[in-house]
Amino acid sequence: MIPLKSTISLFLRTMIARAYPRVVGVRRQPSWVLHEALMPILSIAAFGFIYRAMRAPEQYIGFVILGGAMTAFWLNVLWSMGAQLYWERSSGNLELYIMAPAPMMAVLAGMAVGGMMLTCIRATVIITGGILLFQVSFAPTSWALLILVFLLTLLALYGLGMMFASVFLLWGREAWHIVNLLQEPVYLLTGMNYPLKVFPTFLATVAAVIPLTAGMDAMRQILFSADGFWPLGVEVGLLAALSVLFLFLAQRFLGYLERRSRQEGRISVKWQ
Amino acid sequence: MEPSAIRTEELTRTYRRPKKKKSDNGKDPAGDLVALDGVSLEVRTGELFGLLGPNGAGKTTLIKILTTLLAPTSGRAWVDGLDVVQDASAIRPRINVVSGGESSGYGVLTVRENLWLFAQIYGVTTADAMKRIDRMLDVVDLTDKASTKVSHLSTGQRQKMNFCRGFITDPKVLFLDEPTLGLDVNAARSIRKFIREWLAERPDRTLLLTTHYMMEADELCDRLAIIDKGKVLACDTPAGLKRQVQRYPIFELTLAPGADGALQLDKLPGVHQATLTPGPTSVNAQVALEDESVIGSVVQRVVEKGSRILTLRNREPTLEDVFIELVGHGLDGEVGDSTVPAPNSSSE
Repeated sequence: MIPLKSTISLFLRTMIARAYPRVVGVRRQPSWVLHEALMPILSIAAFGFIYRAMRAPEQYIGFVILGGAMTAFWLNVLWSMGAQLYWERSSGNLELYIMAPAPMMAVLAGMAVGGMMLTCIRATVIITGGILLFQVSFAPTSWALLILVFLLTLLALYGLGMMFASVFLLWGREAWHIVNLLQEPVYLLTGMNYPLKVFPTFLATVAAVIPLTAGMDAMRQILFSADGFWPLGVEVGLLAALSVLFLFLAQRFLGYLERRSRQEGRISVKWQ
Repeated sequence: MEPSAIRTEELTRTYRRPKKKKSDNGKDPAGDLVALDGVSLEVRTGELFGLLGPNGAGKTTLIKILTTLLAPTSGRAWVDGLDVVQDASAIRPRINVVSGGESSGYGVLTVRENLWLFAQIYGVTTADAMKRIDRMLDVVDLTDKASTKVSHLSTGQRQKMNFCRGFITDPKVLFLDEPTLGLDVNAARSIRKFIREWLAERPDRTLLLTTHYMMEADELCDRLAIIDKGKVLACDTPAGLKRQVQRYPIFELTLAPGADGALQLDKLPGVHQATLTPGPTSVNAQVALEDESVIGSVVQRVVEKGSRILTLRNREPTLEDVFIELVGHGLDGEVGDSTVPAPNSSSE
């Protein structure tokens, strides 16, 4: 039986080590700032100018800026986290990770932390750019609550991403199609550029399984004192529940993936 | 008694063929692909054990099972006394693997950073990792590339980095799958020298090696298994394997030009078989004798017939001879051109 201290130490070492290439990559490949951070500002700017032209409430422009920043995390989860194990297999690293004593959850957690750090920079650029462009002011009712909601949203989102990573590897190309199918409907359902209360209750309830939906609605309530679709406490509870659910499912899927790949040779035999 | 480092019992692995794949004649291929077929092996602790076999023989499948990446279809296997299926997580800290031609690592990281990363997932402290990385980079002559991004390395340099990766976690059982593939002669020689030193450092270390290079297997391995079509055809020391195919002592004579079939060496009593191969400047004769003492009669016959002997040597069979004898073709797939004369045949 391996002592708990050693297990935790191995988990943390692995997580930090796997996050390292992402973090270092930011410094060594600075060109990403152009397409990853500056281009999305153009996208939110379009919505901002539309709202301004329509003389919509100023907080709507704030919604768009927040939506643009949070969507960066969603895209990172969907495309980068989800595809990560698939990519690791192609580059020959996956076998090394599976064969190592480190838990695969630690490897995925490292990918998530690396992705989060990278996307935080992107989100900060988007928010800063949005504020400078539209002179929007944010006045959070509680910084502590804002940070809590933000962290819970990230935890649930990246839990979902960790689950996607195994699913993508299991179903290969079919999973890419699912992601393609998910991308635009998720933009719609999460209320990226408009308040969620425009939705009928049924649609909003369906959208609630996407952590971004409850997360953004809660943050808008805190930042702009806007009316939310659900009370803030419900949304915080929902995000906490989704975090636990997705992390649990990610672990189960990883276990299933490893068992199945060992049985069928999915990781080591290309045509399996 | 200390358990074997590696043991397999009737190990079998079959792969389900993909449904879409058709055979050359356009029909669905019959049945599953049997990659391993009842393999039973034992590798002792401290041993450098070699696996020789052509492409598709099942060597890599065997390594994947032993490194817990693949489950056997039937049979059992143990590494360091632990079952590869039931105790996979206990085996993993004790092993590592290096595959020739693998492309692992992150291009954005330097050589040193990559090696550090792969040491971390084994729980090696950064201080220990750095010491081992320095030593290994020195072994493979890659110290000057320690701070170079992996994306800027040549294939050979990348292969050297992967070789280092296998050793920095200090495994008890190391699997080297074609470790010198694509390396230049000097690098391959350094690596072979290091492998021997590494094993000698601690008696509880064990190494399983697959290689295409017969000379490498002959030079390095304490024992070898020859594997083909998923079955172990022979398992012994290199010398023992050679003895298995050498039923008769073989002598090789280089004769002055002009020697021909008139020598009739194969008609001499005690000569089992003889071949003459004319070359541009000499004639090469090989004789398989029932007893070494018969060589005297052979020399006498050559002299009597007016030929001149330029050189004479006792020819030991090579591992390639063993391989061809057992598998029916060389590692490169060429069919039966054994340099060991076949019994009861004469080409003189």
